[in-house]
Amino acid sequence: MVVVHGPGGAVASDPGRVRLPHHGPAVPDPRARYARPCAEPPAPTRARTRSVAITASPPLTQTTASGTPAVELEGITKRFPGVVANKDVTFSVRRGTVHAIVGENGAGKSTLMKILYGVQRPDEGTIKVDGNVVNLHSPSDAIAAGIGMVFQHFMLADNFSVLENVVLGAEKLHGIGDAARHEIQRISDTYKLGIDPDALVGDLGVGARQRIEILKVLYRGARTLILDEPTAVLVPQEVDELFGQLADLKDEGVTVLFISHKLDEVLKVADSITVIRRGTTIDTVDPSTVNARQLAELMVGSELPSPTTEESTVTDRVLLRVEDLVLGGGGGGRPVLDGISLTIHAGEVLGIAGVEGNGQAELVEVIMGMREPTSGRVFLGDRDISDWGTRDIREAGVGYIPEDRHRHGLLLEAPLWENRILGHQTEKPNVKGQLIDAASAKADTERIVKEYDVRTPSIFVTAGSLSGGNQQKLIIGREMSHSPKVLVAAHPTRGVDVGAQASIWDHIRAARREGLAVLLISADLEELIGLSDTIRVILRGQLSGDFDPDQVTAEDLGAAMTGAGEKEQTR
Amino acid sequence: MNRLSPRRIGLALAAPVLALLVAFVITSLVLTLFGDPVLEVWKTILHVPKPRQTVQIVNAATVFYLSAVAVAVGFRMNLFNIGVDGQYRVGVFAAAVFAGQAWLPGVFNVLVAIVVAMVAAGLWAGIAAYLKVRRGVSEVISTIMLNAIATGVVSWLFAKVAQRSEGSNITETKTIPESSQLEGLKLIPGATNRVFTLVVLAVIVGVLYWFVLGKTRFGFDLRATGRSETAAVASGVNVPRMVMTAMVASGALAGLVGMPQLFGQDHNYGTTIQSGLGFAGIGIALLGRNNPIGIAVASLLWAFLDIQSNALQIGVGVAQEIVFIIQGVILFAVVIAYELIRRTDIRLEQQRVARELAAQRHSTAATEGAPA
Repeated sequence: MVVVHGPGGAVASDPGRVRLPHHGPAVPDPRARYARPCAEPPAPTRARTRSVAITASPPLTQTTASGTPAVELEGITKRFPGVVANKDVTFSVRRGTVHAIVGENGAGKSTLMKILYGVQRPDEGTIKVDGNVVNLHSPSDAIAAGIGMVFQHFMLADNFSVLENVVLGAEKLHGIGDAARHEIQRISDTYKLGIDPDALVGDLGVGARQRIEILKVLYRGARTLILDEPTAVLVPQEVDELFGQLADLKDEGVTVLFISHKLDEVLKVADSITVIRRGTTIDTVDPSTVNARQLAELMVGSELPSPTTEESTVTDRVLLRVEDLVLGGGGGGRPVLDGISLTIHAGEVLGIAGVEGNGQAELVEVIMGMREPTSGRVFLGDRDISDWGTRDIREAGVGYIPEDRHRHGLLLEAPLWENRILGHQTEKPNVKGQLIDAASAKADTERIVKEYDVRTPSIFVTAGSLSGGNQQKLIIGREMSHSPKVLVAAHPTRGVDVGAQASIWDHIRAARREGLAVLLISADLEELIGLSDTIRVILRGQLSGDFDPDQVTAEDLGAAMTGAGEKEQTR
Repeated sequence: MNRLSPRRIGLALAAPVLALLVAFVITSLVLTLFGDPVLEVWKTILHVPKPRQTVQIVNAATVFYLSAVAVAVGFRMNLFNIGVDGQYRVGVFAAAVFAGQAWLPGVFNVLVAIVVAMVAAGLWAGIAAYLKVRRGVSEVISTIMLNAIATGVVSWLFAKVAQRSEGSNITETKTIPESSQLEGLKLIPGATNRVFTLVVLAVIVGVLYWFVLGKTRFGFDLRATGRSETAAVASGVNVPRMVMTAMVASGALAGLVGMPQLFGQDHNYGTTIQSGLGFAGIGIALLGRNNPIGIAVASLLWAFLDIQSNALQIGVGVAQEIVFIIQGVILFAVVIAYELIRRTDIRLEQQRVARELAAQRHSTAATEGAPA
């Protein structure tokens, strides 16, 4: 099944434009007769024709002929109890190209890749490899079909040599001796990986380890590589090296699926980019026709909501003040939080935009007392709460909607009414003195279920059996029930369906009217612009100046979030 | 809609029953394989116990129960206290030495000696807790090692305080005064021997365990930590302090394990001290699913098998150690069955919730749209 197109082999006079699958073969193509036997998938109705995608584009240098697509996904849908992780995902990857999949964390990229690598099975849809429908039940099926995955976290044994690491688990292919060594050397030479089979992995740097992971997958016969956030662990020079490597792989006919949310990198390396948002493919675009801003817009949702022309309820009473917060990175790296200062007034929603991993999670944890800052202070009203424990902070009136509700917000195996107690174990109506007041807690859970429209057959079912949206509504109901002064809400509507999303927004707006101060962390620009009174962007642990949500565009925010383009500061 | 649906109860009982059946079959196979009289063995083990044996069963179960509750306190917050054996040894030795001094009269001597045992065993467990909280040492490793160290330390101290009774090779600590020896309760009619007075202790511990874990704030925090440490942290639980408290509490309970026997039967600490009680406790806590009633049933079952198998060697000519095979298989089977049932339960519950919600939607003619 492996067809190697040599670089000079079948270079077609490709017009150079990346054809979007749903644009159809509008332009007569000399290869069209045989190039795509399956013609086009029925145009997904929701895929919008992006203006950016049809602007005239300079020809790309194509190195291989595009015969049958290396991988085609059609209508892939994957549901988890209550949540749709992927919905009708459709795109195709041409052989010998680097195809990027971009999307926010939680957009469904990883589920999709797990499906492609046989770890999860789709509920609907078909996967075609080289034009043949395949059924991937396990990673070994995927490898047999020529698909290999390089995980973000390397799986290498330090005290083994490269050879030993590569043959581990694949002893049947070329043995464990000289034959294997030769094969490794051959692969390394063919793809210019520069790997010495006898080096000890413990002595090698991160870049080399990544190349070993790539080699491992090639050794097992993969012709399509999935790289999951490969640059996350690399320094800039190593990133450039990796990109060089990818070009070599491409030249040898290997197809690369490159998963990332770093837009500038994607633009640099990809031949084609598929954007995923809320579990579904939004569009496939040609990198030469888009810039980072446009891509960011696609990624986070470009339809700016009609700004909710609600009157400002901001008062001059300061409720939460953070002063010059610094949180050192481990091992003397650059600090995770670098001099963060912010102020939130009663009735104000301060939105923090930013690409995942720029310090927002840590900021929340420091404010909630779950982490000790290196320096800086946090004030609730005029009380210094920097040294307080989480329980004291929560008792003092700080509500918390955690980013990861499964890890931080709920006890999945406990019934709803016990989850209603969680986080407020010392407050009424949950307790009487030192005792849990189960009757009152249950009654109050019934109230929350009703008022916040938590869809559940009863309050005795486990939290884990509810859908994501209903879990989230329970959490919001719980936090709001203790009339907090400050609400720290991290991605309050992530993984939540549209109906629940709107109602969560309404609850936050209502609380804001009553003088709640909200710190809203979100990756959803629509949400930020619609809810916030002020927006600031966090990038590499630093906060930008204020953006006015009435005037800011998603492009401005996208640029500030990715560090692409100049930072507009409209202070 | 109730918590105790028939499905729940059915699933909860299915596992132990299944485990017993599996143990029965496997043990029979082993016996057949080695040419032992299968039928006779089962007849001996399963015969109705005589009153004297019933008392022995209750007494053994009392000890098992205390040990299992000690383990269960740790289990409820995902702490594996493998060190109950060593903690129990430290506790019973400390109590024996203290009570032997006869500083206090009668029953006060007993009560204070019990406290001494709890403190000694709790401190011993505190070493493991400290190592875990401050140094991140896994409590599994440290408690196992502390078991060995406890044996050594107690033997060493024992050699200093022990005395040899005249005309015998038995060494033991000073016998506790008669006024502090507990005669036992005549609970079983027709038995010449008596049930340990401190069976009361087991009952109190069981009730407290149920109450503290199920009804108090502290218990909620402890269970929350066991279910999800990350969620507990976010909810404001001081996890290191919780680890410390739970481990010390588990150790203090382990200190009680030796009390019924010390005051009801041995009256001193000697070389005949029973070992392996802590390990039995782990198995019994697992079998009883950390539930106070479940542990009681499991303790009685364990004790029943132990006592009933005594007659095997003489009666049937089969080594009574066959009972270890039975107990071992029960444990294996039950652990596997519980895990299977836990998963089935989660799946069934999700399906049920989805089904009931779908039914609700139908009846209310839903208007909301599908997720984007």
